[in-house]
Amino acid sequence: MHELAITEQIAKIANEHGEKNKATQITDLYLVIGELSTVIDDSVQFYWDLITENTLCEGAKLHFKRIPAVFRCRDCNKEYNLDQGELTPCPHCQSSSMDILQGKEFHLDSINII
Amino acid sequence: MVKNVSVVENIHSANDQLAAEIRQRLDNASVFSINIMASPGAGKTSLIERTLHELAALHEIAVIDGDVATSIDADRAAEAGATAVQINTGGQCHIDANMLRIAVNELDLANFDLLLVENVGNLICPVSFQLGTHKNILIASIPEGDDKPYKYPAMYQDVDALIINKIDLLPYVDFDMAYFEKGVQLLNPDLVTFPLSCRTGEGIQAWITWLTGFINNPKTT
Repeated sequence: MHELAITEQIAKIANEHGEKNKATQITDLYLVIGELSTVIDDSVQFYWDLITENTLCEGAKLHFKRIPAVFRCRDCNKEYNLDQGELTPCPHCQSSSMDILQGKEFHLDSINII
Repeated sequence: MVKNVSVVENIHSANDQLAAEIRQRLDNASVFSINIMASPGAGKTSLIERTLHELAALHEIAVIDGDVATSIDADRAAEAGATAVQINTGGQCHIDANMLRIAVNELDLANFDLLLVENVGNLICPVSFQLGTHKNILIASIPEGDDKPYKYPAMYQDVDALIINKIDLLPYVDFDMAYFEKGVQLLNPDLVTFPLSCRTGEGIQAWITWLTGFINNPKTT
């Protein structure tokens, strides 16, 4: 249920940047969410309309850009992805030792304002 | 006219900023702190009681307990010799840095050398909210099953130590330790692990030794 807290934080950041840029309205938000970030787009969308009433964000559209997870094997140095959403050992050498190169992103990239 | 404004701000930035302030205050007062996370019933309060039993005479320990409701856990910690503060999250599934800040305000940090924070029982949400504590600890327990690392990868990825509690129940449940450990290794290869039983006390000493190694400035005279 922490999508509510997340949605509130997104609105807060957007409203702050809107005010700073003397916006009369925020029309779009561009969010960048890594595949490994546990956030459900639909839930955020659900809370969005409720909590943005009477703010600069009222009626603004949310755009989610999903970043696929990429891992690099510490043993054979090859890169790989999740296998149908599941984390697996390295498909090239079966090592289970790896680093996460991307997929944990979780930020508001930009907003459109009027 | 529509204008695009670059923001590039982490969605958790407000929380992370508060967490950094909490860390600064803890560091200034030489208080070592841990955030204990686990599913409901894994043994968070039992681990705190065991830890207090071992350390209450040697250290000045504060416990902050997060729960959706009631002060049962804080009462148990107070009974075991700690100064306890209860946070009732009012239904929220995790402690965030703002709640912890309010609870920390109730403590005179100068009097303590160890702070144990008991998060809300939940394997999903708490890990997304940094608290400013020095180490994040996860408790897994044998009856929960050996598939938890596979089902809750984010939790296992972002912790500094893993306690495997209730090992005294291993003979009675189907828990494949090799399968469990393979999942952990995949998610967090360098994770330090403490198999133990809060009930029997087996394995507790290794945990206590690891924990006390981080307390640089004991306050007890």
